[in-house]
Amino acid sequence: MHLSLGLAQIYPKLGDVQANLDKHLAFIAQAKAAGCELVIFPELSLTGYQVQDLVPEAAIEPVAGNPYYGPLLEASREIDIVFGFIQQDERERFTISSAYLSGGQTLHIHRKIYLPTYGMFDEGRYFDAGETARAFDTRFGRVGLLICEDFWHISPPYLLWTDGADVMIFTSASPSRGLDGSDRLAGSRWVELVNQAYGSLFTSFVIHCNRVGYEDGKNFWGGSSVVGPDGEFLLHGHYFDEALLTSTNDLNELHRTRSRLPLLRDENPHMVLRELGRALGKEGHS
Amino acid sequence: MSASITVIPGHAERPIAERLVINTVTARRMLTGFIADEIGKTGMKRAVLGLSGGLDSAISAYLSAEALGAENVLAVKMPYKTSAQESTTDADRVIEALGIPSLTVPISGMADALIGQFAEMSPMRQGNIMARLRMTVLYDQSVAFGGLVMGTSNKTELLLGYSTVYGDSGVALQPIGDLYKTQARQLAEALGLPESVRLKAPSADLWAGQTDEGELGFTYADVDQVLYLLVDERYSVAEVIAEGFDAAFVQKVWRRVKMNHFKRTMPNIAKLSRRTIGHDFLYLRDWA
Repeated sequence: MHLSLGLAQIYPKLGDVQANLDKHLAFIAQAKAAGCELVIFPELSLTGYQVQDLVPEAAIEPVAGNPYYGPLLEASREIDIVFGFIQQDERERFTISSAYLSGGQTLHIHRKIYLPTYGMFDEGRYFDAGETARAFDTRFGRVGLLICEDFWHISPPYLLWTDGADVMIFTSASPSRGLDGSDRLAGSRWVELVNQAYGSLFTSFVIHCNRVGYEDGKNFWGGSSVVGPDGEFLLHGHYFDEALLTSTNDLNELHRTRSRLPLLRDENPHMVLRELGRALGKEGHS
Repeated sequence: MSASITVIPGHAERPIAERLVINTVTARRMLTGFIADEIGKTGMKRAVLGLSGGLDSAISAYLSAEALGAENVLAVKMPYKTSAQESTTDADRVIEALGIPSLTVPISGMADALIGQFAEMSPMRQGNIMARLRMTVLYDQSVAFGGLVMGTSNKTELLLGYSTVYGDSGVALQPIGDLYKTQARQLAEALGLPESVRLKAPSADLWAGQTDEGELGFTYADVDQVLYLLVDERYSVAEVIAEGFDAAFVQKVWRRVKMNHFKRTMPNIAKLSRRTIGHDFLYLRDWA
């Protein structure tokens, strides 16, 4: 089976949900025209990243009747869509969320678990943290969806792998940082290193979509990529510019790589669970 | 016996000066993109900048011309009567190389109108007056030309507070404010700035014979390494001294950084209400 991907490495306009929806629909149309079956947008693609006090006015409820969510659901009848938004619940709580839409339905919503609140980041001030990391079934097999800091921690990808995900979709709004003498920024090198590590360690596909553009002097580096089950980049190296990056991937590579390298077959999550319980119990954590 | 064992040493820790090397291709791309983006967001497409003939304003001019197009960058020369002739000559070299429009607004008359009202005025007071008059001229040209006032401050001087508050620090955007002076020099070379601009001693040119390094009492090469460790790498003062830097020098540098922090922040607003500008009324500058 093949998966024809479009990575919509866009520059969202801060706080302007309507303008961003229009951009999504334009990229979706372009992806369809390019033969993509799945198009992926970055973290908070509908709102921009440093929303601060704009959170309540930029947030939406993920229901068909919502004027911003509805058109995306409708568009998903012809192409699967992953996009990022601020999710509002009925009690005025907000999360950084990503939805997977397909066939006019919401297949899955992931709420960002790890909210970086250090250095230049201040997410914990505005958002509630998600509590679950769960894989879900799509027409391309079982998929896992994480947002930025979620995959800077090793446990959420591991949980998704254990839950059956063969394709990891990572979205981010990763600011550029760490200019040195190297060909890439230190921040980009780090993300690319861990994505290759996840592909290698999980013998899975790792798809990363990162935004571009600027917010108050912070640049976002793009560099959206696909890593195959052998840990090699299948799509890589498109930095800074807004673009629709396309990539057709042979999902049968999963079986071939795992025949050669049965890391998944030999993985022992029961041992992990047992030892985690012991370690946490022994340390006195609950 | 032990003579037969091969010992292979690992890499030595990289010298600090080497860690200040930047990829100038990436820097150039990010900074020209920043300038075009930041000005475009305001609905404008032009910039105004004071061109002194020195390195930093020349870099800002090159980046601005590349980002906005030469015709959209107005270089303003604002000499005072004691300004060195070679400053004007170097500014002209930049203007000519870039093909940008330019304007000369001498500030001697307006500066002396104030300076002359006081019998004894220190060079520092006079220098501050000149810097603030230049800011006034640039903001006036900003309206006349229809462009934002381009900053020219580098990270070294911003951290040391080697600037005049509301003078050279009074600008709309700071493209090279995250590059140390020694890194700015690397970018200048990559941009192809005239050699006379790149190689001369940095100076605020506020009085005859003034040089930054003479006035500061240390070299940029040294202070950049100390600042890099303190700020970028979060070394403690004691850890920087342990790297072999003179203790009094390191302490002096860190004291300057701290003492001049007010120049890098907006004035504090006394909080009274539930929601106060600067405290909990939180939107990006790019919001509007």
